[in-house]
Amino acid sequence: MAHFTSLTSRIIPLPINDIDTDQIIPARFLKAISKDGMGDNLFADWRYNADGSPKKDFVLNKDEYNGAQILLAGDNFGCGSSREHAPWALTGYGFRAVISTSFADIFRNNALKNGLLPIIVDAETHRDLFDLTEESPRAEIAIDLAAQTVTLPNGKKVPFPMDGFAKTCLLEGVDELGYLMKFEKQIAEYEAT
Amino acid sequence: MTPPLTLFQKVWNSHVVAQEKDSPAVLYIDLHLVHEVTSPQAFTGLRTRKLKVRRPEKTVATMDHSIPTHDPSLPILDEIAAKQIAQMETNAKEFGISLYGMTSPHRGIVHVIGPELGLTQPGMTIVCGDSHTSTHGAFGALAFGIGTTEVEHVLATQCLLQKQPKTFEVKIEGELQKGVSAKDIILALLAQIGIGGATGHVFEYRGSAIKNLNMEQRMTICNMSIEGGARAGMIAPDDETFQYIAGREFTPKGEAWEKALLRWKQLPTDDGATFDKTITLNAGDLVPMITYGTNPGMGMKITDHVPDPDSIKDESQKLALTKALNYMGLKPNQPMLGQRIDVVFIGSCTNSRISDLRLAASLMKDRKVASSVRALIVPGSQEIKKQAEQEGLDKIFKSAGAEWREAGCSMCIAMNGDQIESGQYAVTHGGGGGSHRKDHRR
Repeated sequence: MAHFTSLTSRIIPLPINDIDTDQIIPARFLKAISKDGMGDNLFADWRYNADGSPKKDFVLNKDEYNGAQILLAGDNFGCGSSREHAPWALTGYGFRAVISTSFADIFRNNALKNGLLPIIVDAETHRDLFDLTEESPRAEIAIDLAAQTVTLPNGKKVPFPMDGFAKTCLLEGVDELGYLMKFEKQIAEYEAT
Repeated sequence: MTPPLTLFQKVWNSHVVAQEKDSPAVLYIDLHLVHEVTSPQAFTGLRTRKLKVRRPEKTVATMDHSIPTHDPSLPILDEIAAKQIAQMETNAKEFGISLYGMTSPHRGIVHVIGPELGLTQPGMTIVCGDSHTSTHGAFGALAFGIGTTEVEHVLATQCLLQKQPKTFEVKIEGELQKGVSAKDIILALLAQIGIGGATGHVFEYRGSAIKNLNMEQRMTICNMSIEGGARAGMIAPDDETFQYIAGREFTPKGEAWEKALLRWKQLPTDDGATFDKTITLNAGDLVPMITYGTNPGMGMKITDHVPDPDSIKDESQKLALTKALNYMGLKPNQPMLGQRIDVVFIGSCTNSRISDLRLAASLMKDRKVASSVRALIVPGSQEIKKQAEQEGLDKIFKSAGAEWREAGCSMCIAMNGDQIESGQYAVTHGGGGGSHRKDHRR
């Protein structure tokens, strides 16, 4: 069951468009039969050298971003393969929200089911946030799911859209499978027709 | 009188079990395809909650992603993959699901065997933990990829919570020129709309050029719908569809077939039905395409030159193209024809069916693969492999110097050991194409 109410954190910027799920977690790590340890392989090909040592210039390996829980990514984040391993890797690493101008459908669904908030902002806010991470990497922003706002360090509140059902599930910790199972009678009736 | 409806709306409407205000629909699923990679955590979830699979007979499993494509009598050397494959066997047995496993003559890529066995039928809702599930839309089914949590939902309830997507008409009129294939049609569409261009929508491919395609070509187009960000892609069923599915193992027979036909003939989009978006392509303008970058939206006419980042105004697009060309080791304005290649991969759920292999064989007959090139031919299913061998295609491939392998996803997802080495260029038939997977260089 996934929960999310609010979060205040620094941001890790990754200004690349169309980051697909194979870049989030390469296919060779999909042979696992549990969800454990996925965070270690997040962005593996960008994050590590061939010998397994961290690539110094990759943003996740920079000290000033250590511990940040919000990822700021380019347009169309999470496209490609349907693997839920992508949000497992992101949450396993410690991310609780991703901000972009758009998300691929399957990724967005998968993220919401794992308490990882996909936040859509307009192009201007998107640019402002990237500028912010460049000027003050240690600046924090605040996400409030109930109010559906992101508060910037200058106090400006930016609204973001969120599906009402997903919002309720995350705020109240509604178990989606439990919700589905309440329709047992209707499902049985549907099957009988 | 009911208002005119699209093919998508008809299939959607007939599968909504319930819908509460401000909530997603509870959508009934007719066929759930399962494979070894995206299902183990879902079965673990069922065990934790002490749940059964609600309708095992509507659930079909196979192994395709992490299995090796070498001689099946050899052991699986990758221990983690072997464990995952064994887990699929355990899960299928414990939950009573039919499995086309390692030794099954019907094993193959999940999106190849569904249609081959006649499991895929018009008007159905079909899901699988794989984005290329859209392939089955070629039969007029609503078919889409889901995550592992949703796999668990479908296993437990045979239903999914879904928000209704919008509709996107792709009209392709006219006649294709010689040498232009289904893959060229979809790559041309992707090059126009971009890889996120259809997010939140379901494509319906229509028009005379689509009508003229056979089922295998239609599957190639629907397969890559997801590469445009679409939830699914559909083509209305017609006589070509009915002819393809008639007599297959799981298709209705006798009176049930006649009844099904009547139902299926009601599915095509009504005259006057409207779509949320429309795009029209002229089939006669289409030419063979190739991708030069790191995603399937970076496609161009095969005779064109690689685009120049300096000619692009949008800063983020310029950066993306610069990065892609850097990764690919290509220069702006260079032609792709004449580019040295190291690996050729023919296979994947996009293009591994018998007609694809026949075409490949016709080009390779009495010729040799260059000594510096590795060529892999990976049939989509063991059935296709058998058929190809009966036709002698395997001999053509082998005598040309290509590797003739067992069915599977192979180099397309590249998680089974079939991989391109760093710095190599590969040309592939695959549908996806993240920069770390295929379509050229690693």
